[in-house]
Amino acid sequence: MVTTNVAAASALRVQEIRKSFAVPDAPGTRRLVLDGISFCMDAGELVSLIGPSGCGKSTLLRLIAGLDFPDAGELLVGEEKILGPSAERGLVFQDPNLFPWLTVRRNIEAGLVARGVLHEKRNEVDEFMRLVGLEAFANSYPHHLSGGMSQRVALARALINHPKVLLLDEPLGALDAFTRMRMQDEVLRLWQNRRTTMLLVTHDIDEAIYMSDCIFVMTQAPGRIDRTIEIDLQRPRDRTSESFVRLRSQILEHLHFAGKAA
Amino acid sequence: MQLAVPVASLITFGIHLLFSKKAPPLETHSYMLLFWEIFGVSVVLAIVQSFWPALRNWMRHMWPIFTAAILLLGVWDVVTLGFHLVPLPYFPGPAAVLRSLISDRALLLDSTWHSLVLLLSGYTLGVIVGLISGVCIGWSSSVRYWGMPLLKVVGPIPATAWIPFSMVVAPSAIVSAAGLIALAVWFPVTMLTASGVSNTRASYLDVARTLGAGRAYLIFRVAIPAAVPNIFIGLFMGLGASFLTLVVAESVGVKSGLGWYVSWAQGWAEYGKVFAALVIMAAFFSTIMTLLFKLRDRVLVWQKGMIKW
Repeated sequence: MVTTNVAAASALRVQEIRKSFAVPDAPGTRRLVLDGISFCMDAGELVSLIGPSGCGKSTLLRLIAGLDFPDAGELLVGEEKILGPSAERGLVFQDPNLFPWLTVRRNIEAGLVARGVLHEKRNEVDEFMRLVGLEAFANSYPHHLSGGMSQRVALARALINHPKVLLLDEPLGALDAFTRMRMQDEVLRLWQNRRTTMLLVTHDIDEAIYMSDCIFVMTQAPGRIDRTIEIDLQRPRDRTSESFVRLRSQILEHLHFAGKAA
Repeated sequence: MQLAVPVASLITFGIHLLFSKKAPPLETHSYMLLFWEIFGVSVVLAIVQSFWPALRNWMRHMWPIFTAAILLLGVWDVVTLGFHLVPLPYFPGPAAVLRSLISDRALLLDSTWHSLVLLLSGYTLGVIVGLISGVCIGWSSSVRYWGMPLLKVVGPIPATAWIPFSMVVAPSAIVSAAGLIALAVWFPVTMLTASGVSNTRASYLDVARTLGAGRAYLIFRVAIPAAVPNIFIGLFMGLGASFLTLVVAESVGVKSGLGWYVSWAQGWAEYGKVFAALVIMAAFFSTIMTLLFKLRDRVLVWQKGMIKW
């Protein structure tokens, strides 16, 4: 089937990525942020990346998005090398970064306009607005929206391009606890609905366990993937179940030791 | 409260009657007529408003200002016609100004029209060039490297300081004046457009890139819209500068327009006409300013509730 072919090509491969930045205070010196990161993602997988702040999670996402370039190593989507930003890798930040001068509808259309395909795909705009439940706000400007609604628009805006990989950089980090849990279900629903490969950066361990197929735990800078934890709990998951709680304490303990070692 | 305006107009009218006995009747006739009209209209409004809530709200908001304005005319009468507190030929009373306005309306209208054409052509030219140069300087770092020093050195020179030079270079006084106005507008518009474009939030550009945006989209659909609030500040600063330059340029070289009219009337020592032209300028410039505010409110509707000026 056609769909499986597309899915097979959309796996993400990260190979031996190293990245350092110049230290502004000490000219000539560089700080190593990512030290040989390697991992693979299957098509349609939802993977979380957790780790202490400053471990280079966001840097890694920027590299995969093509907004920045690694010092060494290779990044591949399917068989293609990542050479720069592209509509096939969507990115959603903690701040929704909606264009404040565009209405909700026009924000969602932005990707189609940018690629010059709005004319052919106009009907998809309605579909995506319905998908995130924002038809009633089509003509509102972003400053009228709550944090959760803004983030839903940002998700729809990224998904309308049918990206092979959706990169989520702490997308729910700024939301209050209740909205956040509702939005976790929302993202899961979108994921199950579209079967988009998603890479989620978070520092909320519960969120990582609740949402992902697999968790990569990163070490303190320079970032390295320290451990991979497969989550084979049944979906929808119960945050209070015994196995959930056991996984959480396992990861907590692990992060604690990782912190001491660094 | 609703009767404040009629009462104020009666007071001002009484002041005028008291002091205008010495003045020629021709000079006071239209002024008195004006007050009868204000009185009549305000009495009618005071009656109508009891049936019409929208009008009542509007009146409640505007009446204190109208009352003050009418009483101020009375004060003006007292200071000039009444006690001659200011030297007379230079400071005519309100009645004399109104008469100048009416008797010279054809020439005033013609001057206003010429000023409008000159202002708009200079302003439009300055805005177009300013937007282009501002976007180039704001977007491209190499244009910024070469353009910014030039902008910083040449821009702050008041446009009117170029008058001797522009009169030699330009083929006619009108072209020279339009060029000066454009120059006066160009500097603030360029400066603020450039700063707006170069300060576009990097994350907006990042998001657009991951949505598949090319350079044209980044410039025209991200950087420029993001700079619009700044651009409007430049447009307002440029508008103020253009009024100043317009009046100066008209009184120096151009033989038409309100600036010319003022210096012409001054030459004949007709200060009533000078004041009449000032009244027209106040109305003319504030109308244009208001139109620009309306345009801004419409364009920046997405900022509603965030604008504080």
